[in-house]
Amino acid sequence: MGETMDQPILEVRNLTVEFPGRHGTVAALSDVSLDIRAGEILGVVGESGAGKSMTGLAIQGLLERPGHISGGEIWLEKRRIDTLDDYEMEKIRGRKIGAIFQDPLTSLNPLFTVGAQLGETIRQHLNMSKSQAKARAIELLGEVGIPSPDERVNHYPHQFSGGMRQRVVIALALAAAPKLVIADEPTTALDVSIQAQIISLLRRLCKEKRTAVMLVTHDMGVIAEAADRVAVMYAGRLIEVGPVNQVLHASSHPYTRGLMASIPALAARVERLNQIDGSMPRLDAIPDGCAFNPRCKSVGPRCIREQPELMPAGDGASACWLNAGGTA
Amino acid sequence: MTGTGQKKPAFTAERLVKTFDVSAPWLSRVIERKPRQLLQAVNDISFTVPAGGCLSIVGESGCGKSTVARLVTGLHRPSGGELRFAPGRNGAPLSVQMIFQDPYASLNPRWRVKNIVAEPLREMKLLKTSVEITERVEELLETVGLSASDGEKYPHEFSGGQRQRISIARALASEPEFLVCDEPTSALDVSVQAQVLNLMRKLQDELGLTYLFISHDMSVVRHMSDRIAVMYLGRIVEEGDTEELFANPRHPYTRLLLQTIPNVQQPNRDRVVGGGEVPSPLKPPSGCTFHPRCPVAIGRCSAEVPEVRTLSGGTRVACHLVEEQVAHAAR
Repeated sequence: MGETMDQPILEVRNLTVEFPGRHGTVAALSDVSLDIRAGEILGVVGESGAGKSMTGLAIQGLLERPGHISGGEIWLEKRRIDTLDDYEMEKIRGRKIGAIFQDPLTSLNPLFTVGAQLGETIRQHLNMSKSQAKARAIELLGEVGIPSPDERVNHYPHQFSGGMRQRVVIALALAAAPKLVIADEPTTALDVSIQAQIISLLRRLCKEKRTAVMLVTHDMGVIAEAADRVAVMYAGRLIEVGPVNQVLHASSHPYTRGLMASIPALAARVERLNQIDGSMPRLDAIPDGCAFNPRCKSVGPRCIREQPELMPAGDGASACWLNAGGTA
Repeated sequence: MTGTGQKKPAFTAERLVKTFDVSAPWLSRVIERKPRQLLQAVNDISFTVPAGGCLSIVGESGCGKSTVARLVTGLHRPSGGELRFAPGRNGAPLSVQMIFQDPYASLNPRWRVKNIVAEPLREMKLLKTSVEITERVEELLETVGLSASDGEKYPHEFSGGQRQRISIARALASEPEFLVCDEPTSALDVSVQAQVLNLMRKLQDELGLTYLFISHDMSVVRHMSDRIAVMYLGRIVEEGDTEELFANPRHPYTRLLLQTIPNVQQPNRDRVVGGGEVPSPLKPPSGCTFHPRCPVAIGRCSAEVPEVRTLSGGTRVACHLVEEQVAHAAR
């Protein structure tokens, strides 16, 4: 990413999120830094519990107590947002940051028509009359590819199929033309043929509207097809970030390489899948040094002692001592 | 484990039908003058699972694949058709066990792992003394890659992949010859999925197990199976050898499925996506149920239900167009 590119919409610097508990404080996120530019899709991948959804929630100010941001900064369009109070944050959510969640059924209110829900969001953030808001709602439904939107606007969520509901959720997220959209596993609850439709819709809208999109998913296939850049998370840390082709096919981190190798290939069949032994450590039992060291095949003495920071690797960065020059 | 065309079948399903009654309660029906409503979850399907092999059933949600798994294991009673198990080791019909999708829901959280794994042994009175049972449980836990001391723990102390190992150990306790696996890895992360799939392949080779594998993930299915059956709205639309099906998909729905899977190796970022969604199984379209979404549908498709025809390579397809192509080529 060259310096000539425009300023990032979102900048996260050294974000740390902690959860105090009975048995001591657990760091759910440690030292996470990332940025997203206008018209760019940043894919955030990792196994469950790696902190990818947590990052999205922290940016939106939706951390559940007692979890809190204990370090770092979040900047949205050159405005620091992690220090804002709830009231200020409420004005930013929806207006500046749109959210798409995994399950379209739970993110829509079953008791109101789709039009009423879109209208509410539009009027909350944009200065519009009821009829203007309704016209905008119809326009939005058309944009996300719902057939006969002028009729569908009066329907209830249960009258839509899963894929159509997710389109409505996307329309809702885009209602106030936000600068940043956080999509948390937007296709996980959908079938493959519908998933492909939703991915191409997200890509089209992101490019057309120059929205910055943070796409949180565990599915490498979705990342490969949708993201421009990828951030890989492991045990609450960002361990690699870079252009999608580099991270997926020429990764400099053993975890990303192992993850890619463990996906069964569509092209040819192998007798045995490459597996990463063990599982991700619990957040209260993260080993010293690199959190991945107990599962890593190229582990060295330095990995057990010292925590690697993100170091430049190719066009991106990777937190692995192998990239520090010399051996681990 | 490829090239199983000659293997004898371990299990045969013939013209299997399952209908669920999803009508409103009697009183509402009478008041609102609504008829009974039936859902054809599985509609006249036939397939065989080769002994020592793996047949996978793939399809999108609501296509009836899990219902098939439950019919095979006897958790549902078929509304019509026949299920035939070949004779197993001791002449009696093949014994079946099942592995469920969600290892968080299928293990009793209040039981110790050793009791979970021992339950089938005790329930079926396979072993008499508690010493024998303890020995067998320890052996089973080691077979699936856990340690014997893990038996003292409770399920919540394990990660998702380890829990799935426990449920595999439980399924293996009664020494079944046939395992029905309903989406065994879809609740797991990819790195853990690879561990479980490798374990299942290893067990198949060591114990000579036969698998009926249910999944929606084409890449997992490709890795595991010898034969694949593609289901759409309660019917099998195509069934064939894995390599043949991937190299030469015949049915338009199989092609749609294969085209829309996100491919990590060769991502298709500018794909043109066909529209449409799976219709409700309560009101399936007439004729071939896929015709409203089919890019190559012809007049017959909306009127006649296509029959399943066996092609020269052993692939079975239910499609009017393929049928006509074959007839044309033969002429």
